[in-house]
Amino acid sequence: MLSGIPLFPVQASTVAPDVDRLYFLIIAVTSFFAIATVIAVAIFAIKYRDDSGEKVGAQIHGSIPLELAWSVIPFIISMGIFVYATVVFFEIVRPPAETMEIYSTGKRWMWRFQHVDGKSEINELHVPKGRPVRVTFTSEDVLHSLYFPAFRVKADAIPGRYSSVWFEATETGEFHLFCAEYCGTKHSGMIGKVVVMEPSAYQAWLSGSDGQPLAVRGQQLFQQLACVTCHLDDNTGRGPSLAGLFGTTVELEGGAKATADDSYIRESILTPQMKIVDGYQRLMPTFQGQVNEEGVMGLIEFIKSKAATARPRPAAAQPTAAPARP
Amino acid sequence: MITPTLPPVTYLNHKYGVMSWLLTKDHKRIGILYMVVVTIAFMLGGVFAAGVRLELTTPQGDVWSADTYNKLFTMHGIAMVFFVLIPAVPAILGNFILPLMIGAKDVAFPKINLISWYVFVIGFIFTVGAMVFGGVDTGWTFYVPYSSSASNTNVLMTGIGVFITGFSSILTGVNFMVTIHRMRAPGLTWFRLPLLVWALYATSFVQVLGTPVVAITLFMVVLERGLGFGIFNPALGGDPVLFQHLFWFYSHPAVYIMILPPMGVISEVIACFSRKSVFGYSFVAFSSVAIALFGFMVWAHHLFVAGISPYSAMVFSLLSYAVAIPSAVKTFNWAATMHRGAIWWKTPMFFVFGFMGLFLVGGLTGLFLAALGLDVHLHDTYFVVAHFHYIMVGGAIMGYFAGLHYYWPKMTGRMYSDILGKLSALLIFVGFNLTFFPQFILGYLGMPRRYHVYPDEWQVFNVLSSAGASVLAVGYVLPVFYLMYSLFKGEVAGANPWGATGLEWTTQSPPLPENFPGQPIVEEEAYDYHKREIKVA
Repeated sequence: MLSGIPLFPVQASTVAPDVDRLYFLIIAVTSFFAIATVIAVAIFAIKYRDDSGEKVGAQIHGSIPLELAWSVIPFIISMGIFVYATVVFFEIVRPPAETMEIYSTGKRWMWRFQHVDGKSEINELHVPKGRPVRVTFTSEDVLHSLYFPAFRVKADAIPGRYSSVWFEATETGEFHLFCAEYCGTKHSGMIGKVVVMEPSAYQAWLSGSDGQPLAVRGQQLFQQLACVTCHLDDNTGRGPSLAGLFGTTVELEGGAKATADDSYIRESILTPQMKIVDGYQRLMPTFQGQVNEEGVMGLIEFIKSKAATARPRPAAAQPTAAPARP
Repeated sequence: MITPTLPPVTYLNHKYGVMSWLLTKDHKRIGILYMVVVTIAFMLGGVFAAGVRLELTTPQGDVWSADTYNKLFTMHGIAMVFFVLIPAVPAILGNFILPLMIGAKDVAFPKINLISWYVFVIGFIFTVGAMVFGGVDTGWTFYVPYSSSASNTNVLMTGIGVFITGFSSILTGVNFMVTIHRMRAPGLTWFRLPLLVWALYATSFVQVLGTPVVAITLFMVVLERGLGFGIFNPALGGDPVLFQHLFWFYSHPAVYIMILPPMGVISEVIACFSRKSVFGYSFVAFSSVAIALFGFMVWAHHLFVAGISPYSAMVFSLLSYAVAIPSAVKTFNWAATMHRGAIWWKTPMFFVFGFMGLFLVGGLTGLFLAALGLDVHLHDTYFVVAHFHYIMVGGAIMGYFAGLHYYWPKMTGRMYSDILGKLSALLIFVGFNLTFFPQFILGYLGMPRRYHVYPDEWQVFNVLSSAGASVLAVGYVLPVFYLMYSLFKGEVAGANPWGATGLEWTTQSPPLPENFPGQPIVEEEAYDYHKREIKVA
């Protein structure tokens, strides 16, 4: 009856076999304990059955060695599982140094994916096989969760902050993509597919791009929103220079430090008063409401591109339009 | 052999009329009052579950609209969690049996006990009102910002209903704590207490310390939704993940409110029907306390994919494994209790067998979810749904049914059909596994929870699950009939039909209004079965 009906999902990412190994290991360990206990209970229930109800059992009150054994042994085993599972977890949450970046926003009830080259798609995500991909995303309304069962990864999309998942697909084909956090009426319709392609096919697919590269759109916003008037590349403006900023450590007012990552830049655009770079004044207005999540992603991509082109500073270079992707 | 007859004066017949019930301060009658409301809530929750399973027999959303489906699973969860699982054992069985077990006339604060029932009923009326006037669709977890800004259903009214109900739980907890401290019969030292009393004591702490947090949290949602506070709204500087921390700070310990008292019941029943003292009494007693304590330190394992730092996830994973140990200790001790016992195959013991099987699966699948690398994949899938139903329904409800069948003759003075009781236990066990085991497979395949529509390839498992649910329903409905029948035609039970130890079995069934003819004095350890000459009437 079950022929053709899968019991396990396809393994389509580099971490999937590790997650599955962990799964089978825990199945083996827990089955052993479950079966041993059920057999013991069944044997006792049958062997010592007395339906008169008038016999009494043996006078046994307990055994300290046994108690210790069945506390300590399960504890050691569970610590073993804990360590193994944590190693796999860090493999899942720590992306490799070089990843291909894709931005995404979830909103009721669709996922929009933005490739840095400008191509965007809804409820479909095209990615190349054999290349680590990192999807950075947020939500425009309520909680969502971006879930790729074939890759064994998911993370919640939370309004007001960035989440990310990374994966390296190992199989070409089409796989499910789900929203895993309940989000209202069409929660179960907030689904789509991830299409894993051979790198060459992916390149061909990308070249059909109609939109502008994300960094270029970010650059345009940078002009439109007048960011450029304060954030001068030579560090002579009222705001700190953004050239070469991305990924560096920023010294903040009061001696704290922050890493200039996606979340830091997003926060600095939308709630600039939260973290002030040491030596600068609280001048920057909030851009909440003036720029949407995709605009923020464009700005981040633009600032990243300055990191790639404008180092070392002070750089005289004009912000170039080159997307500067590896 | 003398056939027992019903005693002339009991708590059931010394006063008649509706008011004698509605104004009663007798813990036994209050226990029965809870049973009435909880049974209604259980049926309501069961009907909602049937609606959910009916929809999921086909991959398309063809029975209900998406909005109706969302309301069904939400109201199923709310009815079952807040109005069945949390009160079932403490408020029904605990109220009835705790003072009897410790040789007291009543709980410490009989009037507060009655008030807590009224508070419970008011909360229930609010919640049912919210369901009747359009329902609510946030999921029982009320996650923001959906509940605070997006949902256009009766979130306010439901939130207020659950908020009110929380006070009932707090009051019962305080009452039990004081009762156990102050009202034990002479000679009934802490280490002579039946293990159900230990379990109720540990549970009371969780109720008193945890419930205010969820009450405040839901109140904050009400403020946020009603008055536009920004506690959880990122646009106003709030944080939606904060809600999850607060919610689970209560709602994870709430799992132990649901499961600890049934665990206590299991200890009672397994000792009685093995005719033996519970193996490792003090380990079982302290494991209740350890579970209550550790239970407060694992809440963030509900947030492994909600953007918490990987290092804090590590800590919460570690602690989650730690809380598994006392539960494992209990299970091993129960199994060991049966070794060299004299196992009497009666209905309550059948429910214990069922509990052991289901709780084992429920507990052990917790190890999958506490494993960080695996939880990323399993989180918010049907694996989680299956896991907590094994704990809540397989564990808690099975334990409640064991207790109900064990104490029924004490409550009513009459016996029910043993054959039908065993049949019910069997049907529930088989139906339960058929319903929920396929959901583990669905979960690993990646089916997210709360899905109205799902991909075609998963239909087989969903159909199995729905088929199992109908078997389960028969198993749950059956006791309604044979227990009702027993009220009128059941064999008279006598004071101690099971030949059990414990003060509650020394008084007549149903007990006197004041429980005992005089002040009982305790001179023996709990579960001293080996000292007795057991005669079963």
